[in-house]
Amino acid sequence: MHSESKGSKAVKWILIGISFLFVFLMLVLPLITVIAESLQQGFAVYAEAVADEYTVKAVLLTLEATVFAVAINTVFGLFAAWALTKFRFKGKKLLSTLIDLPVTVSPIIAGLIFVLTFGRQSPIYPLLQELDIKIVFAVPGIILATIFVTFPFISRELIPVLEAQGTDEEEAAALMGAKGFTIFRRITFPHIKWAFLYGIVLCAARAMGEFGAVSVLSGHLRGKTNTLPLHVEILFNEFKYVPAFAVSSILVMMAIVILIIRSVVEYIGKREKDNVR
Amino acid sequence: MKKANKRVIPGFGLSMGITISILSIVVLIPLASLVVFTTGMDIGEILSTITRSRVLASFEVSFITALIASLINAVMGVVLAWVLVRYDFPCKRLLDGMIELPFALPTAVAGIALTSLTADTGLIGGFFAQFGVKIAYTRVGIIVALVFIGIPFVVRAVQPVLEKLDASYEEAAGVLGASRTRIFWKVIFPEIRPAVFTGFGLAFGRCLGEYGSVVFIAGNQPYETEITPLIIMSELQEYDYASATAIALVMLLVSFLILFLVNLIQIRNAKILKGGN
Repeated sequence: MHSESKGSKAVKWILIGISFLFVFLMLVLPLITVIAESLQQGFAVYAEAVADEYTVKAVLLTLEATVFAVAINTVFGLFAAWALTKFRFKGKKLLSTLIDLPVTVSPIIAGLIFVLTFGRQSPIYPLLQELDIKIVFAVPGIILATIFVTFPFISRELIPVLEAQGTDEEEAAALMGAKGFTIFRRITFPHIKWAFLYGIVLCAARAMGEFGAVSVLSGHLRGKTNTLPLHVEILFNEFKYVPAFAVSSILVMMAIVILIIRSVVEYIGKREKDNVR
Repeated sequence: MKKANKRVIPGFGLSMGITISILSIVVLIPLASLVVFTTGMDIGEILSTITRSRVLASFEVSFITALIASLINAVMGVVLAWVLVRYDFPCKRLLDGMIELPFALPTAVAGIALTSLTADTGLIGGFFAQFGVKIAYTRVGIIVALVFIGIPFVVRAVQPVLEKLDASYEEAAGVLGASRTRIFWKVIFPEIRPAVFTGFGLAFGRCLGEYGSVVFIAGNQPYETEITPLIIMSELQEYDYASATAIALVMLLVSFLILFLVNLIQIRNAKILKGGN
């Protein structure tokens, strides 16, 4: 018995060691590399790369696409989660499969379908030209692609929470005469607020970092249709490594902030759940 | 009961209306345009496109690298989930938080960081170069990038199932004199197997379509390290929409097949999760 517990302790620390080594090599080291490479030639060079005109424009475009994606997916997520969890209807399974579809499609294919819808060979292309609307190789295309790749991120966080909560409370409120929005605000929302916040964080993270789909639709016009990840690609391919890593470090910091928010949200959410119990 | 349910809680029409409208604009219409475009294509033309030797070689590269990376992730994912659920040790929360990094870090940033680490001049690449092993710009490099991308899928699939697992069976097996290795394979593994397959399937699907992190590290040599999404991308850059669509159809078919299998497994998985305590 004694040797058994000694053996199990050894196994425990070997497995923990393997885990830390793996996470360090695969996840932490790349982060350190980005920071180290970006500061390789001193802080002045770093600051210059970050304050570059095209970098600032790329930051602004990235934020624009992210705000649009979060806004549209929030509206969609709330209504879709309400429809899917508070009512019974035919085709529910199909509807939820369709909502999840965008994350299973390769980002390149996501870009391709928007090119086919709005591009030169599309049946509606003459109409778009007449109205002077540019979508492919322009900002609207980038925003559409970003919305597509982050589409289910918020609804997917809300649906399990609402499903677990059931419909009894809402039914009781409705029978007592409460209006739809009041029911949502007073009864439903308190249950989902942490899941909702987490969904927004995930959606924003993915929106800022999307590369493939945006790459197809962007046309790579510097200062016009270049998002941060695309700007990184251009710099890297031009062998401007220090600026490429400097711009990347902005995205690394955003990623770290997101991970911290995620942990906080998860922690508070869990504590509240325990308090209710 | 069904009808009463519908009438009591308000907002069915509104929420369904908004859900379906946004879903149509963002997902259904673009996907439909892919179908419309395909119906205008000649079946012989599609077949000759997807059987070009360079395209076939890219299928092989994508499939093999995604498979190996997902297998590595399946093993490491179980180890990480096990360590995070079963053991207590310093920095556990940090380790748990880091797992989510690939979701938060833009793929392009991961791509250039891993490339600079594993190139012959990099920290890890330099070490392996002494033994004549090249990582960046080979298939090994692609696998490294895909392991990075896929790891959270397996960990996050296995973790909740391990948490719900009833320890009394293990204890019973231990009391009856089974060795720990035997307990793991005979008692624990059958319980987490569906979750491992789900995580493996999700990671595999994601790896097949991955673009951002791979283009930097792959070197993109035709027949050697050229992945399928990259071929679609280059067809698009040459405005050859017909070829791009034909190859995309094959990828879509494979990812739907994976999704279908994962769903089948998840139905069984849900039973286990519900059947727990």
